[in-house]
Amino acid sequence: MNELDQSAVGVRGINSTLQTLPANTNEKHWVVKNPKGQHNIAVGLSAPLQVEINGHVGFYCGGMNQHSEITIHGHAGVGTAENMMSGLVWVKGNSSESAGATGNGGLLVIDGDASSRCGISMKGIDIVVGGSVGHMSAFMGQRGNLVVCGDAGDALGDSIYEARLYVKGKVASLGADCIEKEMRTEHIADLERLLKAAGRKEKPSDFKRYGSARKLYNFSVDHADSY
Amino acid sequence: MESTPRTPPRKSATFDDATLAEIRRAASTGIYDIRGAGAKRKLPHFDDLLFLGASISRYPLEGYREKCGTDVVLGTRFAKKPIELKIPITIAGMSFGSLSANAKEALGRGASAAGTSTTTGDGGMTPEERGQSKYLVYQYLPSRYGMNPDDLRKADAIEVVIGQGAKPGGGGMLLGQKISDRVAAMRCLPKGIDQRSACRHPDWTGPDDLEIKIAELREITNWEKPIYVKIGGARPYYDVALAVKAGADVVVVDGMQGGTAATQEVFIEHVGQPTLACIRPAVRALQELNMHRKVQLIVSGGIRNGADVAKALALGADAVAIGTAALVALGDNDPHYEAEYNALGTTSGAYDDWHEGRDPAGITTQDPELSKRLDPVKAGRRLYNYLKVLTLEAQTIARANGKSHVHNLEPEDLCALTIEAAAMAQVPLAGTDWIPGKVRF
Amino acid sequence: MCGIVGLYLKNPKLKSKLGKMFKPMLIEMTNRGPDSAGVAIYRNPTKKSETKFSLAHDDANFNWKGLVAGLNKALKCKSTSSKIGNHCILVTSGKEAAVVKWLKVNHAGVRVVGSGHSIEIFKETGLPANVYDKFDLDNAQGTHIIGHTRMATESAVTTAGSHPFATGADLCLVHNGSLSNHNRLRENLRKEGMEFQTENDTEVAAAYMTHKLRTGSTLKEALESGLKDLDGFFTFLVGTADGFAVVRDPIACKHAVMAETEDWVAMATEYRAIAHLPGAENAKIWEPEPSKIYTWGHA
Repeated sequence: MNELDQSAVGVRGINSTLQTLPANTNEKHWVVKNPKGQHNIAVGLSAPLQVEINGHVGFYCGGMNQHSEITIHGHAGVGTAENMMSGLVWVKGNSSESAGATGNGGLLVIDGDASSRCGISMKGIDIVVGGSVGHMSAFMGQRGNLVVCGDAGDALGDSIYEARLYVKGKVASLGADCIEKEMRTEHIADLERLLKAAGRKEKPSDFKRYGSARKLYNFSVDHADSY
Repeated sequence: MESTPRTPPRKSATFDDATLAEIRRAASTGIYDIRGAGAKRKLPHFDDLLFLGASISRYPLEGYREKCGTDVVLGTRFAKKPIELKIPITIAGMSFGSLSANAKEALGRGASAAGTSTTTGDGGMTPEERGQSKYLVYQYLPSRYGMNPDDLRKADAIEVVIGQGAKPGGGGMLLGQKISDRVAAMRCLPKGIDQRSACRHPDWTGPDDLEIKIAELREITNWEKPIYVKIGGARPYYDVALAVKAGADVVVVDGMQGGTAATQEVFIEHVGQPTLACIRPAVRALQELNMHRKVQLIVSGGIRNGADVAKALALGADAVAIGTAALVALGDNDPHYEAEYNALGTTSGAYDDWHEGRDPAGITTQDPELSKRLDPVKAGRRLYNYLKVLTLEAQTIARANGKSHVHNLEPEDLCALTIEAAAMAQVPLAGTDWIPGKVRF
Repeated sequence: MCGIVGLYLKNPKLKSKLGKMFKPMLIEMTNRGPDSAGVAIYRNPTKKSETKFSLAHDDANFNWKGLVAGLNKALKCKSTSSKIGNHCILVTSGKEAAVVKWLKVNHAGVRVVGSGHSIEIFKETGLPANVYDKFDLDNAQGTHIIGHTRMATESAVTTAGSHPFATGADLCLVHNGSLSNHNRLRENLRKEGMEFQTENDTEVAAAYMTHKLRTGSTLKEALESGLKDLDGFFTFLVGTADGFAVVRDPIACKHAVMAETEDWVAMATEYRAIAHLPGAENAKIWEPEPSKIYTWGHA
């Protein structure tokens, strides 16, 4: 187990150390101390590491992550795991706006609440939120799964493409072209897998599924109000 | 008796033929008109400026023997690896998706041969383009289509796009006809649907947050790459100052003549300022921050010939970018295909329905048959030729004004033919000492 | 675009440390706002019969003593002053409106930066660290303090354009974001008698609040109207006599975070500003929701 003290080496020190480890490194386990809400911690990682961050982080923690498992023992700021390609980012506390934004793959778990725009423009990432998400979540969600064990704010899934949304609690309102959809066996199986991966005890049957009505896929003047 | 004299039929300047046709089209379809290219209407532009040339007080340089340098270095502020270009003319961002793979390859070939860079567009980096381009600038857009850290690290520079001249405040647009299998895969979209686009970045808003985002991009790429910030012609004075404060190495300012693959006609013609109006405010912002030449300025939007290049540099730009002109050099809107343009209801030089993906020249299309018409090697050669001509023309003008490097061109080498141009460019009206409005800017 | 920070002490024992605790919070926001900085500190409340003014003048050698003498003579009141940097804190028994009028007529170069019973506003161009030192805030004591670091968007970098903007007695406003309809609002407010020193959008928001309060709204009502009438992106932190208020626009793109312990309540644009406070790691941390007004103290 290796330690990196943010107050001593700074964010650059953390990133340059972690980014230059080769894919087959033996030094897989790292602990980051004193993050103190600094931004861009553990961004651009590409080796299969286990990174634990003891404290609260600022913006873009785990940004563009590939293959690493990053655990934040605290709260996370804006854009956590933005554009993640693969791997795992786990926030033990809450995450701020745009969690998992434009994520292409991997799993983002937020034990607490995520804020507005959770999963905005998601492109394949899986996101599981133990608490609630704010407004405009999954806005323009293209691909991937967003699972919300709490409630969802206004305009859920506005302009959604093919991302799949599962919400257990209340949805304040649905966004343009987002509708409730039938839960079939494949969805239950998917949801079960995601909940298990996120360490959640909720039952898939308690969730509702939401997704695209696909009416905005080709322009029609009769849907102009949705634009 | 003589019959009452008839007055000839009189059309309205306000409700002219084009306007009437557009109203009918709107009434018929219920959708706004979408097209490509930049603003087409007549605007104050570089043609309204003239160089003074050599005189009894100012001596020219000999062509050939007396060198006139054209090199430019971009990204000297923070990047570990700034880009050194041979010529101050770059190829602007245009997506694979809006352009065919052959067209992107041709741009790469021509630009590399000329010692300059190309730029990806709203769709990501293709291996062909990275393979062909000696210097490749990778755009970072609101959509983040195809964005990934591997390509970020393969790039020579990163261009954070806030807006473009054709539509400052608009997102990308690619209609279903051009979302082929390959394009769909790169953008993670279903095939054949209309791509709706975000106009703001998903995870930051404002220059204060942009600063943090730029830091993230630097952290991911080991602080090696120059970071450009691209804006349309909205508020160049403030925008450039804010881009500098947010940590940009290079600022790209794109005026309304700058092209787009597709957007609403009203956006192109009625939002965003002409290129000529953007340059001096942008330069002034840099000068006030003591960053002129330290943060480089690239100007685009209607650059057509070496005179435009020289004028942009004289007004304070470090380089220019070409988009539409590059496509024309490749063969866009060529009279060779006139019959096919006619069949599409248009004529060569006017064809701008690029979103339909039926380009006879094989450039703004994904159709494999049409794309084949563009030979990337031949077209690359044409672009190279054109870039060389732009450079030679700019050098000729610079030498005639006594400059041994194009960067030594200055506003005082110019005069204006119209009051608007004089005011915008902040140079005197020809024959006078008058610079209109030289109070605020 | 900017950074905003606020600190409200629940534990009176920390009063003497207010300035020291707040300094790293403000400085952490320097990148967000390198152009200018400002602070509104609440301390040394005057008697009810007195008013405290924060005044500023561009001339560092301005004769404040002379001004005080002239004021006392003209209005037959008692006043004292203490000069800090190019600002001056004036405590006077003169009536507020009369003092403001007298200053306008006799000392047009003096800016009235704020007024009330406990508020003191200091703001200046330059880096936050320099501004803090200039106004000797390291050792300041008080009950609560709000601060701002500025990156000017569509107006000039001047002292007058810096935040906080005063909006009424013991009231001030700092803003992160960019309004989009402030020019028309400014014209409307001018017709209602409000005066403006800058082209700044925040000044318009402050004047809007001031006008609402003067015409009978409570602070909460003024902020609620603001949510309807102000267009654009904003997070507002309002300093009040007893504490502060926070509100975010409905789109909520400009980040804001709050934190609370037994000893203090803090607000900042970014958590890393709050991270400097003692006990921050274990504080209750949350984000204010859009379109919701949060208040502390007895605002």
